[in-house]
Amino acid sequence: MIEIENLVKKFGPFTAVDGISFKVEAGQVLGFLGPNGAGKSTTMKMITGFLAPTSGKISVCGHAVNGDARAAKRQMGYLPEGAPAYGEMTPAQFLQFIADVRGLSGSHRTERIATVIEQLHLDRVINQPIETLSKGFKRRVGLAQAILHDPKVLIMDEPTDGLDPNQKHEVRELIKGMAQDKIVVISTHILSEVDAVCTRAIIITNGRIVADETPQELIARSPSGKLDDVFREITLAEHLS
Amino acid sequence: MKNIAIIFKRELASYFATPVAYVFIVIFLVLSGALTFHIGAFFERGQADLAPFFNFHPWLYLFLVPAISMRLWAEERKSGNIELLLTLPISMIEAVIGKFLAAWLFTAIALFLTFPLWITVNYLGSPDNGVIFAAYIGSLLMAGGFLAIGACISATTKNQVIAFIISVVICFAFLLSGFSIVLDFFRGWAPQYVVDAIASLSFLTHFSSISKGVIDLRDIVYFASLIAVWLYANAVVIEMKKAS
Ligand SMILES: Nc1ncnc2c1ncn2[C@@H]1O[C@H](COP(=O)(O)OP(=O)(O)OP(=O)(O)O)[C@@H](O)[C@H]1O
Ligand SMILES: [Mg+2]
Repeated sequence: MIEIENLVKKFGPFTAVDGISFKVEAGQVLGFLGPNGAGKSTTMKMITGFLAPTSGKISVCGHAVNGDARAAKRQMGYLPEGAPAYGEMTPAQFLQFIADVRGLSGSHRTERIATVIEQLHLDRVINQPIETLSKGFKRRVGLAQAILHDPKVLIMDEPTDGLDPNQKHEVRELIKGMAQDKIVVISTHILSEVDAVCTRAIIITNGRIVADETPQELIARSPSGKLDDVFREITLAEHLS
Repeated sequence: MKNIAIIFKRELASYFATPVAYVFIVIFLVLSGALTFHIGAFFERGQADLAPFFNFHPWLYLFLVPAISMRLWAEERKSGNIELLLTLPISMIEAVIGKFLAAWLFTAIALFLTFPLWITVNYLGSPDNGVIFAAYIGSLLMAGGFLAIGACISATTKNQVIAFIISVVICFAFLLSGFSIVLDFFRGWAPQYVVDAIASLSFLTHFSSISKGVIDLRDIVYFASLIAVWLYANAVVIEMKKAS
């Protein structure tokens, strides 16, 4: 379970995240929605322990992120925005490095590496330096890295950005397939994705939560039955107020 | 401990995955050879020792070590990899030490590759090999000091060129503080203990005493604490700067 209480992040005088609270249970796929600059990535960076919150509490599977960071980090797999990776390494070397850090060993290690390579179709580029890969393949390496240790909690910042339609479909299926016993938090700008994979959607604007319900409930709000219209209505209304 | 080894291994491999390692090693060997033979008059002196070789090390390191250290953290921040690294179950200090040790071992490899010079001098005469060994140790410690400074400075910026220039300037100050011109400037008005303190901060003071063959505990403590202080500062700087 992830528990977040009154999370605030200020950059100088600017408040990027302004008092966010929510809980996520295992089995939920939570989608973070919101306009550019809403504070989605900043919230994820705090959950994963990269940024220290200005105030507020985060606990992941019972471990306080600003207390026992290492225990919390062990439970999580994280795909940062832009899927950074060491460019001079090949996906094979990179996954070996992540497996080292995650403490995987023996046959379990071999099997996990083989599984993620297969799940993300990396075999074709497995020995090519990551910096020479196309954007979509880089993203797939980032996804492979995040799920390598089969974490209880998966945090993914725009996981399908830059993927081709077939890969988008596969990654969504992958997320759905893993979701049963995990907590998955993704951010996305593709609203159809929310409907397709998320069991719950949180819309953030200006660092605050303005909606927290199931995608179906959100859709039901709009006479046109389109998530896009609901999104525009909610986020623009907030903008004007 | 295990995490330090994992970071160390990855970093060291990354030097050799790019031309950086080879360019650095070749330049280090060519420059140290050229300086020793031409300016240091290795043969003309007619003495079987490596003093002309080691005398140039502080000046070689002044430019070459910042060239190694500049990318340590600047690149990590620029590429966004720092976000990946620091959200893995690794502590900041493990990452700092692992990266530093990899860079240090790398300079040690470059230094080790100057061994033909040691063999040459033994072939030509009968040098005091104990002194030469001590000088190698001193040189390695000094390289560690330069690297720790460079690593910390590299964490302050995303720009490797800026990291390089600032590191050179700070390392230069650490070298110069042992020079008699600088010390004379203070001697006129500052109390003796201030002059001594400034002199004792200098790489040169400590390096030259080790390279004369005396491995004094104080010199080792000096370099060890210098490295520890700068690496601690390195961790603090990353903590402050990682968000931006
Ligand atoms: N290091 C920083 N220093 C100053 N401001 C920052 C910093 N990081 C983020 N911000 C600001 O915080 C706000 C939220 O940024 P964030 O990256 O969380 O947005 P986002 O919701 O992920 O947007 P996008 O959909 O474009 O990815 C933005 O206005 C951004 O400019
Ligand atoms: Mg974002």
